[in-house]
Amino acid sequence: MIELTELTKRYGDKTAVDHLTVTVRSGTVTGFLGPNGSGKSTTLRMILGLNAPASGAVTIDGRPFAALPRGLRHVGALLDAQDIHGGRSAVAHLKSLAVSNRIPLRRVGEVLEEVGLAEAGRKRIGGYSLGMKQRLGIAGALLGDPPVLLFDEPLNGLDPEGVRWVREMLQRLAREGRTVFVSSHLMSEMEHTAERLVVIGRGKLIADETVVDFARRGSQATVLVRAPEADALTAVLTADGASVGPAADGGLSVVGLTAARIGELAWHNNIMLAELATQNASLEKAFMELTADAVEYAAGETR
Amino acid sequence: MSALTSTTSTNPVYARVPSEPRPRFRDLCRMEWIKVASLRSTWLVLLAAALATVFINLNGVHSDLQYLDRDLAHPVQTMPDGHVWHFVYDPLRRALSEIAVQLMMLGGAAIGALTMFGEFSTGQIRTTFAAVPRRDGVVAAKITVLCAITTTLALVVTLISFLGGQAMVADRHVGLSITDPDAQIAIAAYTLVVPVSALIGMLFGALIRNATASIVGVVAFLFLIPAFFGGDKYRWVAEIRHLFPGNAESNLAEWPHNPYMDPGKWPTSHLHSWLVLAGWVVVSIGAALFVVKKRDA
Repeated sequence: MIELTELTKRYGDKTAVDHLTVTVRSGTVTGFLGPNGSGKSTTLRMILGLNAPASGAVTIDGRPFAALPRGLRHVGALLDAQDIHGGRSAVAHLKSLAVSNRIPLRRVGEVLEEVGLAEAGRKRIGGYSLGMKQRLGIAGALLGDPPVLLFDEPLNGLDPEGVRWVREMLQRLAREGRTVFVSSHLMSEMEHTAERLVVIGRGKLIADETVVDFARRGSQATVLVRAPEADALTAVLTADGASVGPAADGGLSVVGLTAARIGELAWHNNIMLAELATQNASLEKAFMELTADAVEYAAGETR
Repeated sequence: MSALTSTTSTNPVYARVPSEPRPRFRDLCRMEWIKVASLRSTWLVLLAAALATVFINLNGVHSDLQYLDRDLAHPVQTMPDGHVWHFVYDPLRRALSEIAVQLMMLGGAAIGALTMFGEFSTGQIRTTFAAVPRRDGVVAAKITVLCAITTTLALVVTLISFLGGQAMVADRHVGLSITDPDAQIAIAAYTLVVPVSALIGMLFGALIRNATASIVGVVAFLFLIPAFFGGDKYRWVAEIRHLFPGNAESNLAEWPHNPYMDPGKWPTSHLHSWLVLAGWVVVSIGAALFVVKKRDA
């Protein structure tokens, strides 16, 4: 469990993290979302005691991390895949970490095997692709078999196979009862991975709830319907309380009813449907709407 | 037993941790050793500096040989101005030469700086501190490994230079024995100035955190800035000069029986030079610990 209490960080007069109070629970994957520059990485660094907060406190399982003599058995962290010296091999890098925490050296081979780097382990890290470095960073985080795991943008640079692998790994780690805290600036990366979401913008907390609750916050889901008798269907749906607008290619865009209810109404009214699909962008939309005021570096912004 | 099981099951997270072994300082030293040993650049710098130093010293003595026999044949000469000149061979000036030790100092300083900027400029330091949150332990281990490597290498280089140089002039009976106190002081100073330089390099690396700027900074400090404090016109200039590690080393490694060596108007004592070297050790370690602990990683 990670507890942030009124956590604040300032760089000069800029407040990077602003009185953040959040509890990250064990046993679930918690997504940490926010636009670029919203303070996610700074928060993660403060959790690990790498950056000192201006005020507030953060504890991991009840203790400040910086007070621990050794960290790997308590928290595994992948902050930035590039946070590594390129001149060493993956094996030497992981060995140096393992010996510092008295972790048996066989773990080095085990975690390399687990992340799929067993063969590249002896090569210089400088020659690795970003995806391989992400895998190595994850290997380092798993080394001490810790109950708490922090990952900063772990999906960056991974191919679709890698993304699926990381998702399954995160969910498995959470199922084992661990605390898994994963940051991302893309909602789409988190919606199939995380169960809970912590959303921040400009360092302030915007949401701390389950993915399901978060999705409800945004505009309601839109359902796309296509039917030969469009006018008749429009009348039926409007009568049931939906607002119906035109969609591309003569389809209808329906807000206010679920796809199941629309299908039911069409059946009862003998209207044939050619297509019925829920637009699956509600979570992304909720994220965009909620963080719109808090985007630090928007494109095309007039200054 | 059942009570114990029920408490652990309410909080499965804690159940994993308690088997943690006791933290030991030597594990951190092993970590730092693996880091140093696994970087090719470290060994290249050290080996190049060591080989160049030995070569310069032995070659220096070797080129002395041709003049040595001539001067030993006519040890007393009267100069055209009537001055009588007694030939005395300085057994340390070439064998433990100043220019060569500066190479070793440069190598040591570069390695020292590298142990810090190599971590800070790459971001590796965040990975290190996430593994070992208590930073002073990491810095202490870095210092231990750095001093062990540079002291060992410098001692080997010094002994080869000294013994090799003395062996070359042994049959002319002008060499120094290793049991000679002057020789021992010189050997100690010639060796120890290297880890002192390495610690100063480490401080620059920790302060500046950038590769090029750290190296330029420490080179300027060790070799360029002392050059501004030459001459004997003002006493305070000489006193500042005596505070640099390179000057402390040459004061200690000088053969005191060379009648033609001008100690200058304001010479300094051996004790002062030892204190200067010790002072830089204390300042470098203290300041490096302070900045590494205080600043965000």
